[in-house]
Amino acid sequence: MSIIYFLIGCSVIMALLFLFAFFWAQRSGQNDDLFTPSMRILLEDDHIPDPVADAAIKSLAEEKIQKAANK
Amino acid sequence: MPETVLLEKTNCYHCGDDCLTPSYVIEEKHFCCHGCKSIYEILSRNQLCNYYNYNDHPGATRARTDKRFDYLSNPEIISELIDYTDAKVTTVTFYIPYIHCSSCLWLLEQLNRINPAIHYCRVDFLKKQLNIRFDHQQLNLQGLVELLFDIGYEPVISLQDVIRKQNSVKKDNLVQKIAVAGFCFGNVMLLSFPEYFGLSAFEQTFQHFFGWLNVLFGIPVVFYSGWGYFVSAWQNLRNKVLNIDFPLALGIAVLFLRTVAEVYSHAGAGFADTLCGLVFFLLIGKFVQQKTYHHISFERDYRSFFPVAVQVVKEGVEIPIPLSQLQVGHRMVIRNSEIIPADAILLKGEALVDFSFVTGESVPVYKTLGEIVYAGGRQTGQAIELEVLKPVSQSYLTQLWNNEAFTRKQDNRMRTFNERVSKYFTVVLLIIAFGAFFLWAGSDIHRALAAFTAVLIVACPCALALSTPFTMSAALSVFDRNLFYLKNAAVVEQLARIDTIVMDKTGTLTLADNKQVEVAGDLSDQQKQLIYSACINSNHPLSRMICHFLGNIYRLPTSEYQEIGGKGIIAVVNGQYLRIGSGDLVLGEYYEKSKKTKVHLAINGSYAGYFAFDQQYREGMHQIPKMSGKYEMFLLSGDQDHDQHDLMRFFKSRGQMHFEQSPQQKLDFIQALQLQEKKVMMMGDGLNDAGALKQSDLGIAVTDSVNNFTPGSDAILDGKSFYKLPQFLHFAKDAVTIIHISFLISLTYNIIGLSYAVTGKLSPLIAAILMPVSTATIISFTSLATHFAAKKRRLV
Repeated sequence: MSIIYFLIGCSVIMALLFLFAFFWAQRSGQNDDLFTPSMRILLEDDHIPDPVADAAIKSLAEEKIQKAANK
Repeated sequence: MPETVLLEKTNCYHCGDDCLTPSYVIEEKHFCCHGCKSIYEILSRNQLCNYYNYNDHPGATRARTDKRFDYLSNPEIISELIDYTDAKVTTVTFYIPYIHCSSCLWLLEQLNRINPAIHYCRVDFLKKQLNIRFDHQQLNLQGLVELLFDIGYEPVISLQDVIRKQNSVKKDNLVQKIAVAGFCFGNVMLLSFPEYFGLSAFEQTFQHFFGWLNVLFGIPVVFYSGWGYFVSAWQNLRNKVLNIDFPLALGIAVLFLRTVAEVYSHAGAGFADTLCGLVFFLLIGKFVQQKTYHHISFERDYRSFFPVAVQVVKEGVEIPIPLSQLQVGHRMVIRNSEIIPADAILLKGEALVDFSFVTGESVPVYKTLGEIVYAGGRQTGQAIELEVLKPVSQSYLTQLWNNEAFTRKQDNRMRTFNERVSKYFTVVLLIIAFGAFFLWAGSDIHRALAAFTAVLIVACPCALALSTPFTMSAALSVFDRNLFYLKNAAVVEQLARIDTIVMDKTGTLTLADNKQVEVAGDLSDQQKQLIYSACINSNHPLSRMICHFLGNIYRLPTSEYQEIGGKGIIAVVNGQYLRIGSGDLVLGEYYEKSKKTKVHLAINGSYAGYFAFDQQYREGMHQIPKMSGKYEMFLLSGDQDHDQHDLMRFFKSRGQMHFEQSPQQKLDFIQALQLQEKKVMMMGDGLNDAGALKQSDLGIAVTDSVNNFTPGSDAILDGKSFYKLPQFLHFAKDAVTIIHISFLISLTYNIIGLSYAVTGKLSPLIAAILMPVSTATIISFTSLATHFAAKKRRLV
C-alpha cells in the first residue's frame, strides 16, 4: 500500500503543473479579452501577394536546392 | 394630382443611409455623401473591400470631412496619450466608440496594409479599444489619427481618459486567488474522503499523512486566498465597525487552528475541507459581484466632454495649445461644432451657441459681439474668435466640480442590508460561542474549547455573505439586458429604497433635438419668405425653429419690427404687415383648446394659419402620473417654462416643476430634499445635472447612446428603456426581498448547525456537508427567485 504515497505525490505534482499553467496564462494576458477572438476566428485570412516576402521565400528555397545539389 | 418623379430609393453602400443625390457613384455603388465615397475609395485602393463582405453597410456616415487634429503634433499632448515609446516604436490605445461589427474588427486589424509603418493592431471588441504599435519615424500620431479618421473610425480623444484608468485599477488577483483556493479545495476533498468512509486500524499511518497534507493545502488558502478577509476585518475593527468580514475571518482562523491542533494531537481529521470550501465559495461570491462594463464609464466629468486642445491666435498665427495651458487673455478660435472650453468674450464672428448640454435649453442661442459666452456651449455656424476671461477650471460651469459634493467620499450613502445585519449577527454569534464555552468550562475544558470553536465554525456566515452577491449579480444582468447599466451591485439596494424622484427635462424627458413642426394652412412661397424674414430677427426659440423649419430663404428687408415678450412679433416686411405669435396677439380674444404650443400668423390682417410645435417626449411619459402615488416626483429644468402647460399632463401641480434652474440650484434643490430625510433619485443627462446627480442618493444618467458623453453617475439608462422605469423600481424591491428571504434560509442552516455545535460534538463530516449544502441552496434559490421576479416584472 505504500505505493499510495508515490501516487499521491504524482497527482499533487500534476495538479500543481496545471495550476502554474493557469497562472502563466493569466499573467501573460490570455484571459484579458475573452470575446474578440471568437469573432476573429470567423474572418478569412485572404492571401495578399507580397512581392518582398515571396522573393525572400523563393531565394531561400533556391539556396536550399543549391546546397543539396552541392552535397 | 401633381406629377411625381419616381425615384428609386438607394442606400449608401458604405453607411446604409438614404442616398439623396445620385451624384456619388463609383463602380455602380451609390454613396450618400462625399465622405462615404472617399472612404470606399481608400479601401478599394488598398484592396480592403472585404470590409463590405462581412456585413451590409458597416460604415459610419461621414458628413463631416474636415480634419482637426493639428493639436496632436504638440509633444505634451502626445506624451499624455501614448502608452509607451522608445527610439523606434510607439504604442497607443484608442477608444473608438464606433466599433460594432466583424467588419470593423477586420478592417482595423488590417491597418498595416494601408500604411506599412503600423506594425501591429489589435482590437478589443468589448472595450471598443484599438491597440496600435507603429514606427513613429515614418508616421506620427497625428498621421495615425488622420488615417483612422479617413477610414471612418475617429477615436475619441479626451483629457480624462477614464476608460483606461478604469481598466488599470482592477488588479487584485482575485482570479488567481480563486484558482489557488479551488486547487486546494479539490485536493483536500480527495484526501478527506478516506477518513469519512472509515480507515481500518492498519491504515492509521495514512490518516496522519493525509492530515498533514491537508494542513499543507490549508496554508495557501488561509494566507494567500483568504488573507483579504483578515485585512478587511482588522481595518473595520480599528474603525469600530463590525462588518461581515469579522465573523468570516474568525471562522477561517478557527477552522485552520483547530485543524492544525487536531492533526497534531491525532485527535481527528480536522476541518481542512470545510476551510478550503468556505474560502473558495466566498471568493466566487466576490467574483460574481464584480461586474464590469468595459465600454461604459460612470466617472466622467467635464474633462471628458471638453476638447484636448484649442486653437489660439498668437501674433497672427493659429497654434493649438493644450487646454491646461489656456490662460486669461488668450484669443481662441472656435469652429463649427467645437466646444467653447472657457468663459470668454466674443470678439469676432456670429456666435450661435448650442447650450443644450449646459443649461438644458434645446435651441441654440445668438450671442452678439462683446457678450460673455459661458464655457460648455457648442458653436454652430461659422468660426468665431473669443478672448478667455477665466481659466478652464474656474468657469461658470466647471466650478460646479469644486463643490464639496464632488470631493467628499461616497461612504455616507445608504448602508446595505448586509452591513446592517452583520453587526447584530456578529454580536449574537459571539454571545452563543462564549455561552457554550462557559457552559462546559466548569466540567470539561476540552469539551468547552470544542464547543466554542464549533460554534464559530458552523455559524460562519458563508451563506449570508453569498446571498447578496449572487442576488445582485443576477439582478444586474437583468437590468443590463434591459439597457440599464448599474455601476455596482449596491446600487440595486439604493434603487429599492428611493422615495423621491427628480427629473431633468431636456434630454431626459424630452428628446433633445426633435421638436416636430407642423403647418396648418396653405402658405405660398412668398408668404413663407415674409415669415422667415420676420422671424430671423428674433432669438426666441420658437422663431428660431420656424426659421429652421422653413429652410434657407432669401431674407427680405424689414422696415418695422417689434417683439412683445411672451406674445410674439409685429413686423412690417417688404411693405406687408405681419403679426406672428400667440392667439391673443394675432386673433384678439382666443381660447386655446389643444395642448400644443402654437404660433399663429396673420398677414395684412387676415389669418393665415399657424405653426404647431409638438415636443417629442420619451416613450413612457404616461408612467409618471402612475408613479406619483408611490414616489414624490419633481421636475427640474434649466430651460424656460414654455412647456409648463404641456407638462401639466404628467406632473400634477406647478409646485412639482421648477424651471430656469442653474446647475448649482439643481444641486441645492436635491440637498434640500435630503435634509427632509428623503431618499432622492436624480435623473439627468447633461453637464448641468452633474452636480445634482452627484449629490443625490442615486444618480441616473439618461442617454440615447451609452457611448456618448454622460456625466458621472451611479447608473446609465438608455433612453429606449425609459418607459421601463417603474418596472425597474419594482424589480429592485423584489431583489431586496430575495436577499431577506435567503438570509432567513441561511439562518435556518446556522441554527441546525448550532444545535450540534453547542454540545461540542460537531463532527468534521457534518460541517463538510452543511457548508456546501447551504451554499448550494442559497445560490440556486437566489438565481431562480431573481429570474422569476424578473419574469413577473416582464423584464426577461
